[in-house]
Amino acid sequence: MGLELYLDLLSQPCRAVYIFAKKNDIPFELRIVDLIKGQHLSDAFAQVNPLKKVPALKDGDFTLTESVAILLYLTRKYKVPDYWYPQDLQARARVDEYLAWQHTTLRRSCLRALWHKVMFPVFLGEPVSPQTLAATLAELDVTLQLLEDKFLQNKAFLTGPHISLADLVAITELMHPVGAGCQVFEGRPKLATWRQRVEAAVGEDLFQEAHEVILKAKDFPPADPTVKQKLMPWVLAMIR
Amino acid sequence: MSLELFLDLVSQPSRAVYIFAKKNGIPLELRTVDLIKGQHKSKEFLQINSLGKLPTLKDGDFILTESSAILIYLSCKYQTPDHWYPSDLQARARVHEYLGWHADCIRGTFGVPLWVQVLGPLIGVQVPKEKVERNRTAIDQALQWLEDKFLGDRPFLAGQQVILADLMALEELMQPVALGYELFEGRPRLAAWRGRVEAFLGAELCQEAHSIILSILEQAAKKTLPTPSPEAYPAMLLRIARIP
Repeated sequence: MGLELYLDLLSQPCRAVYIFAKKNDIPFELRIVDLIKGQHLSDAFAQVNPLKKVPALKDGDFTLTESVAILLYLTRKYKVPDYWYPQDLQARARVDEYLAWQHTTLRRSCLRALWHKVMFPVFLGEPVSPQTLAATLAELDVTLQLLEDKFLQNKAFLTGPHISLADLVAITELMHPVGAGCQVFEGRPKLATWRQRVEAAVGEDLFQEAHEVILKAKDFPPADPTVKQKLMPWVLAMIR
Repeated sequence: MSLELFLDLVSQPSRAVYIFAKKNGIPLELRTVDLIKGQHKSKEFLQINSLGKLPTLKDGDFILTESSAILIYLSCKYQTPDHWYPSDLQARARVHEYLGWHADCIRGTFGVPLWVQVLGPLIGVQVPKEKVERNRTAIDQALQWLEDKFLGDRPFLAGQQVILADLMALEELMQPVALGYELFEGRPRLAAWRGRVEAFLGAELCQEAHSIILSILEQAAKKTLPTPSPEAYPAMLLRIARIP
């Protein structure tokens, strides 16, 4: 059995792993784990990842979780072009720095934006107070500003003149609020042109394919009561 | 000019980098930036690191933040023993797997008791009891995962020798310990792990690195803690508001 990737393209980190593997022609078996059906909470999936999270990678007997770990594993094992995760010490440190920073900042803001704006009210039928939504969107705003001012600045890509894992992780995160109908790139020309460069570097077709699911998030039919009951504890723990 | 490290030993990630550098004999000029006073938000420090965060490494013109990035940079630049950040593909993946989980489940969570018991009161803010209890539950849950998934039957978090992950984890765990949480009681596997990590690092180095945080309650009681500057308030209030 070759490489298996357990993914749901609804999830931002899954999109980053999917795009990276496809872009670099890494052969893998795609194993869809449908989050809104609660498949990640099943006993079957717990055999793969007891933490019940996607993405997960299985390479023979070796199982790996956490998207950054997976991206770096694929980078090293398949000897992808250097720009993704440069050999140069300082260039690589910049990517490490971004990948560390984004966990508690952009990742958090983008996740909350999707869930507070769309998933709670539309999919789960749970109203979100205007204050909560406003606070989440304000936090997103601040994080986007930091992304532009501290990381992108006047560079073509987040950590230098070439695309890297940092850009891939960032763009897939930002598509979450875009999927929720938030104005992420409007009024932010620097970020908008960066997005175009990243999409061009990844390839338009692959980018569209990876984002088809999230861009339809607003149209998910409401969850039926049994599914909702199954998902609520997981959602509440995730959104904290 | 050798490397400069801007840090405050009150902070978990600062301690991890400090211990790593000292243990490996990495020459660093240490620059203390007083977090409680709010010096990390001062104009002077923001010139060095506009994100106003610690630890920050300065290697000539190259400025680096994020403790895990700094640890990896130092391990590669100074070619520290392989076990810290193994060159083996799968072993290294395990380090990153831990660091990813740590960012979600440990970081942020284990720092809350300091905010509840010391930093909040310092600026007259009381964290509601239900949040304190929720945090305790989150800490307990994280410790269970740490023990079951990452430690398991191994002596260290991903194998037979100390890795960067052990250092990051230990320093986060020391935070609530310093605030009176007996994390290692009733957790013999975790207590034994801690003993092994500290034995490897050396009692003297651990004492040196931990003395400030371990005396924090005493300092608070004696009212000898510095007063946070006005510049620090917004970030402090935001941090407290974000406690789930």
